Amino acid sequence: MDSVYKHSPAWKVSWLFVLLGVVCLFFSDVEVISLEPWQELKRLFLGLLTPDWSNLPEIGEAFLQTLAFAILGVAGGSFIGFLLAQVFHWRWIQISCAFIRAIHELFWALIFLQIFGLHPLTGLLAIGLPYAATFAKVYAEILEEGDKSALQAISRKASVISIFFYARLPDLWEHFKTYTSYRLECGLRSSAILGFVGLPTLGYTLSSAFMEGHYSVVWALLLLFYLLIATIRYWVRPALLPVYIIAAPFIVANDSTISFDNVRRFFTEDIIPAPIIRGDSLSESWHWLSDLLVNQALPGIANTVVLTQVALVASGILSLLFFPLISTHFFKPVGRTFGHILLVVLRTTPEYILAYILLQLWGPSMLPAIVALALHNGAIIGHLIGRYSTEVQLRVDASRGLNRYFYELLPRLYGQFLAFLFYRWEIIMRESAILGILGIATLGFYIDSSIQELHFDKAMILIFITASLNVLVDASSRYLRAKLRLRTSVDCRATNDYCAARE
Amino acid sequence: MIQLQSETASYQGVETLHDIDLQVCEGEKLALVGQSGSGKSTLIKLIYERYPVNTALVPQDYGLVNNLSVFHNVYMGCLDQHSTFYNLVNLIRPKAEQVEVVRAILAGLQLEDYLFRPVGRLSGGQKQRVAVARSLFQKGHLLLADEPVSSVDEQQSRVVLNQMLNGFSTIVLALHDIQLALAFCDRIIGLEKGRIVLDSPAEAVTEKDLLSLY
Repeated sequence: MDSVYKHSPAWKVSWLFVLLGVVCLFFSDVEVISLEPWQELKRLFLGLLTPDWSNLPEIGEAFLQTLAFAILGVAGGSFIGFLLAQVFHWRWIQISCAFIRAIHELFWALIFLQIFGLHPLTGLLAIGLPYAATFAKVYAEILEEGDKSALQAISRKASVISIFFYARLPDLWEHFKTYTSYRLECGLRSSAILGFVGLPTLGYTLSSAFMEGHYSVVWALLLLFYLLIATIRYWVRPALLPVYIIAAPFIVANDSTISFDNVRRFFTEDIIPAPIIRGDSLSESWHWLSDLLVNQALPGIANTVVLTQVALVASGILSLLFFPLISTHFFKPVGRTFGHILLVVLRTTPEYILAYILLQLWGPSMLPAIVALALHNGAIIGHLIGRYSTEVQLRVDASRGLNRYFYELLPRLYGQFLAFLFYRWEIIMRESAILGILGIATLGFYIDSSIQELHFDKAMILIFITASLNVLVDASSRYLRAKLRLRTSVDCRATNDYCAARE
Repeated sequence: MIQLQSETASYQGVETLHDIDLQVCEGEKLALVGQSGSGKSTLIKLIYERYPVNTALVPQDYGLVNNLSVFHNVYMGCLDQHSTFYNLVNLIRPKAEQVEVVRAILAGLQLEDYLFRPVGRLSGGQKQRVAVARSLFQKGHLLLADEPVSSVDEQQSRVVLNQMLNGFSTIVLALHDIQLALAFCDRIIGLEKGRIVLDSPAEAVTEKDLLSLY
C-alpha cells in the first residue's frame, strides 16, 4: 500500500528537464561581450522617458504596412486553413501541414524573397502559408470536438454545404471567431518581425532606429505597438473587417514585379543540390552532403537543442515566479495591476525583438536569446496560470505567503502549468532556430549564411532538418502530455488561454 | 468561550442568520441541527470569523489539495506552527517525526493504509476523514465541523465522532443526523430559517422533538 512516500511522475519529469537544462547550460556560450552593457541598457531605458514621435509619417507608414500584411496574411491563411480543415483526416494533409507549420515565418520569408523579391506576395505567403497550416489543424480539432448531435438529426439528403451551415457552424462559430481573432494578434507580431529581413514593416523601422542609436524612436514604435495590440478588440470588428481586407492590398502594393525567370530558376536550379546539377560522382556527392551535415547541420542542431532546453526550463521557472503577481490569492488589485502591466509588455513584445535588443546591448552569445525566450514565454504561461489560479477556492483558514504558494496553489496548478509549458516547447524550439539569424549559431544562423552565399540547395536541406526537429519535439510533447495525463479542459479550448498556449 | 449577541450574517448578499444569541462554555459539545438552508453552515462560518485563534475547522467542502498525499493534506493543519523552510523540506521529503504523528491519527480513522496516496485518488468518504484528520492534527481549544460525517457509513461515523470528542474539549458540529447528535453531543441547537428555535441539553429532548424541525 502507499506506506512509502513516492514523488509523482510530474515531479520526476520536471527534474529530468531541469537536469537536462543545466547540462545544456554548460554547453552553451553564455557571456556578456560588449564593453559597457549596463550603460547602454540605461540609455535604452532613458529613451522610454522621451519617446520621439517626430517622424510620424514614417512611423505611420510602418504601422500601416504591418497591419495590412497581418490582415491579408491571416485572412488568407484562415480561408485556406478552413478549406483544409474539411479534409484534414487525410494523412498526407496532416503531415504536410505539420511540416509547413514547423517552419518559422521568417524562414518562409527568406525563401520567398528569393522567388518573388520584395513583391508583396513574399510577405503575404510568409504569413499566410504557415498560418493556413496552423488554422487547418486547430479548425479541424474544433470541428472534431464540437457537439455533433444536430448533425446526426439532420436529413442525409441535404447538401453538404447546407448541413454545415445549419448543423455545425452556428454552434462552433464562437470557437472559430475567438481562435481567429487571437491569431490576428500573432499575425501582427509576425508581420512586425518580417521587417527584420527587409519587408517594409515595423521591424525594418525598428532595427534602423536601433542601429542609429535612436532609442527614443525605438520606444515610440514599441509603445505604439503595445497600444495597437492592447486595443485590438476595439478595432477588429466584424463590420470593419471587409473594409480592412479591401484596403490592405492597396497599402502593401509596391512597384516591384515578379520575375518569372527568377521563379523558374529557383525551382529548377537554385534548390537542386549542387552535386546533381554538376553531375558529380557518388563519392563527390557524399562528400558534399557529409560536409553540410557535419559542419553545419550538426552544430546547428546541437546549438538549437541546447538553447531550446535552457530556454524551456528558464521559461518554466519564470512563469512560476510571474503567476503570483496577477493572482488574487497573493496580491490586492493595486499590486496586481503592476503585475498585469509587466506581463502584458513582456508577452506583447515579440521574442525576436527582445532578443534583438538584448543582443545589441550584451553582444552575441546565447545569453540574450535565453533571456528573451524566457521572458516572453514565461510571461505568457505566467499569465495563463495566474488567471487559472483565480478559479481555485481556498478554505477560510488557508495558510498565507510561501506556505500558501507551495502547499495550496502549486500542487493544484502544476499539471496545468506543465501542459502549457509542453505546448510551448515546440514554439520555443522554432524561435530558437530563428534567432540564429541574429548571429547565435543555431540552425537559423547556418540557413541565413547559406542563403547569403546563394547556396539555396543547402539552405533548403537545413530548413528541412529544422522542420523535422520541430515535428520531433511536437511528438515528444504530445507523448509526455499523454503519459502524464496532462489535459487542458475542452471548455477552455475557445478561450485566448488555450490559443496562447499553443499558437 | 463563545459569546454571540444579536448577531446577523449574510451569505452571498442574502441575510441568512438573524438575531443569534449564543453562549458556549469550555467543555460543551454542541450539535447544530436543522434543515439544509437553515443556517448551520453560516453559523459555523460566523463563529470561525469571530474566534479564528486556536480553532480547528472541518469545512463542508474539505478544501483538500488533490495532488498532494494524505500525509501532506493532514500536515497542512499545522503549517503556521513551523518555519517556512521546515514546511518546504517536509513537502519534498516528509519528516519522520511528523509522519509518525499523522500515521497515529490516520490509524484512529481507519485510514492508515492511505498515508502517502494522493487525495485525488480517494473516495468521498475517505476524503472526508482526511479533512477530519487534518483538524485532529491541528488541535486547539475549539473544533468547528460542518457535517463531518455526511459521507461515511454509520459505523465509521461513530469512530470519527469519537476521535473528535477525544481530540477537542469544546466542539460545535453541524449534523443533520439526529440520532448521532443526541448520542454524541450534550447540547442541541435547533435552527430554522436562520433563527435559533431550540437550545436545550441533549438529555432533555427526544428524537421526536427534533423531527419537528425537519
